[in-house]
Amino acid sequence: MDELTSVFIQEGREQLQAMEDGLLELEQNPDNHDNINTIFRAAHTVKGASGVIECHFIENFMHKVENVLDRLRNNEIKVSSDLTGLLLRCCDQLSRLMDVLQAAQPEPDADTKAAGDALLVELTGYMAPSAAPGGKLVESEVEVHTSGGGVMITDAWHISVRFGPNVLRGGMDPLSFIRYLATLGEILGLETIPDAMPPAADMDPESCYLGFEIRLQTRSSKADIERVFNFCADDCELRILPPDSKLAEYLKLIKELPEDDMRLGEMLVRCGALTQAELDEGLVSQQAAPAVEAEEGQDAPPPPQIGEILIDNKVVHKAVVDAAVNKQTQVSEKKAVEARLIRVQADKLDQLIDLVGELVIAGASANLLATRSGQGELIEATSVLTRLVENIRDSALQLRMVQIGETFNRFNRVVRDVSKEIGKEIDLVITGAETELDKTVVEKIGDPLMHLVRNCMDHGIEPGAVREAKGKDRRGRVELNAYHDSGSIVIEVCDDGGGLPRDKIYNKAVDKGLIQPGQTLSDQEIINLIWEPGFSTADQITNLSGRGVGMDVVRRNIQSLRGNCDVSSIEGEGTTFTIRLPLTLAIIDGFLVGVGKASYVIPLDMVIECIEQRSEAAERDFLNLRGEVLPFVRLREMFEIEGELPERENIVVVQYAGQKAGIVVDQLMGEFQTVIKPLSSIFRHLRGIGGSTILGTGEVALILDVQALVQRNARSEEREMSLNAALPRSTANN
Amino acid sequence: MSVNNRLTILEDLTIYHALEHKQKLLDALNQADRLELDLSQVVEIDTAGLQLLILAKREAARLNKDLDIVAHSPNVRQTLDFCNLAAFFGDPVVISAHEHA
Repeated sequence: MDELTSVFIQEGREQLQAMEDGLLELEQNPDNHDNINTIFRAAHTVKGASGVIECHFIENFMHKVENVLDRLRNNEIKVSSDLTGLLLRCCDQLSRLMDVLQAAQPEPDADTKAAGDALLVELTGYMAPSAAPGGKLVESEVEVHTSGGGVMITDAWHISVRFGPNVLRGGMDPLSFIRYLATLGEILGLETIPDAMPPAADMDPESCYLGFEIRLQTRSSKADIERVFNFCADDCELRILPPDSKLAEYLKLIKELPEDDMRLGEMLVRCGALTQAELDEGLVSQQAAPAVEAEEGQDAPPPPQIGEILIDNKVVHKAVVDAAVNKQTQVSEKKAVEARLIRVQADKLDQLIDLVGELVIAGASANLLATRSGQGELIEATSVLTRLVENIRDSALQLRMVQIGETFNRFNRVVRDVSKEIGKEIDLVITGAETELDKTVVEKIGDPLMHLVRNCMDHGIEPGAVREAKGKDRRGRVELNAYHDSGSIVIEVCDDGGGLPRDKIYNKAVDKGLIQPGQTLSDQEIINLIWEPGFSTADQITNLSGRGVGMDVVRRNIQSLRGNCDVSSIEGEGTTFTIRLPLTLAIIDGFLVGVGKASYVIPLDMVIECIEQRSEAAERDFLNLRGEVLPFVRLREMFEIEGELPERENIVVVQYAGQKAGIVVDQLMGEFQTVIKPLSSIFRHLRGIGGSTILGTGEVALILDVQALVQRNARSEEREMSLNAALPRSTANN
Repeated sequence: MSVNNRLTILEDLTIYHALEHKQKLLDALNQADRLELDLSQVVEIDTAGLQLLILAKREAARLNKDLDIVAHSPNVRQTLDFCNLAAFFGDPVVISAHEHA
């Protein structure tokens, strides 16, 4: 696939997303005219771009869609749920067509084609009897966008091209070059210069006399721009000024070009390269005569000549009034925001993070050596270095962070479609969309979330009539919520439906042989049974079955991201799934502790405090922490470390998901920047260890999986309290 | 007394028909004080066609006559927009209401 096509697919999908978001918004808010314009522009962009890459099946399809959208924004047809539904299906079709293009097939297959034709037939119902009347309004609108007023954009290339007379005869169409140029970036302003055309009698219709002044905002290089004109390089005069060129450069350009200086200057003003003030000032300082002309041009009506259109246009601008100017300012501000973004390939970023990881390790080693040497100056230098490395680490990790909002917004469509499909009225409420998390996590969290949201809608929320009978609002609510909490990101999927029916789950579990009949389980334990593999197959007739992936797969997906998920449910009031994920997968701030000769790292975000282990608590596995019972684990026992007990042991108090626990260690060694190195897969089943890291000395330290330790504690408590100590459960909380 | 004249262009406004179009346009312009161009049937327009439209508009201005494009095909409209020439031609839209070229 060539570069153009892949760019088209990438950008086309963005436009598609914009269209879809707009349409969903339109359903809620049918009168928002700006929104309709946004949808139209997105559709129009896709159509135009597909034409450039000569993908006619997309172009033809989008042409019809665009016609209907055009009528919509001209208020010729009204917004209805049928229409938005149809347009959303058109979006799906477009997405399929892009898949076809991506797979490099020349034509969509028969099914896709049939689906597209069916949609086109439906669209025809909304189309005008003839396309002509809609056209004029379009024109006025486009004019408002493109005509150059006082707004100036210097952050753009200026391209000045004069085509030679033989270009057309050579079989080339200059317009197509310019159109292609538009695919490199965005044409902010364009002026057609027909001045070179001789009087009618002498004009040869097969010669080209046109020139263009173009403002192009693009990330491409000068060479890329020149390449556009490669085909006719011998037969055109091309001048390219880079962004932010000095006024003098433009003046030089004006002098060099054959057209009348004043006229050309006006053209540059019109396409946004210069402001009127700059132009006047520049010409005055350079030459006296044109300056007089300029003043005449400004103050008095000039003699009727071709240049008059410029002045006419100024009058026009005043007439079109401030609305246009405002609009333009908005448009250019938006462009400026877009221009501040850079696309970077993800693997380059990963490479950078890897290098930063190595830098952290190397820095720790240098720091250690400096401390050992005892040289004050060296220690100071390395500590400055360490601080800088920390800053670099934080900024590098920040690069990978993206907002979760985009992932959440996809569910607007899902909720809309599914609720129609199953005949329930359901609203989606999104909060915390601006919460940031690692890009890899965002990519992988989509599927589990999708499953949970569908489950909530399908099984959680009751039909409207049942809800009314229960005294609830007829419309159901599904909430997606995200927030940060002590080094993790928490994503909640809540519904206000019927909750999980404990009796049914219990009976089902007995049927499946997951628990013994008569076994006593706490409510939470019953609810947790839904994570068992046996519970999720599609043939389950309890209202817990899922589609495609089961709940156990959801949990496994989340665990593979070093996260975990919990469910809580109140019967009759709703269910909440809580997903906790680590913020980053690469580097964390750690707290280094020692037991015997070994070192361990505890993620610093989870550490609350450190206390001294009193000897009287030695025989128990819990202590009284300011009136609270704090269970703890002894690492020495847990990992069966040999050696003498130190004189005094310490307890690190950690917290995870609201639960506290203590970890008994020999030594506290302080903060440590930890680069997480995953353990090899043979240690996959190891509980309590989350990974490894390399210390400054070159030794390996294990990273404790606090979550597993805390839950191990909680579980052993539960077990002691429960009458049935030995639950035959395969995958308990882990 | 002005004589109205309407010219409907049926072929594409491309280099292949450029010679005949030029003649047709100029002839039509000579015969009337006001020429109405109907471009709704024009499927394709290229640089040569665009150039001819500019020429005709300029000629009309020189001879103190009116030339109005009364109907556009989508392609013509799109091309004129792209080249930022909509105002130059002064089609019957808001923007060009004041313009008498």
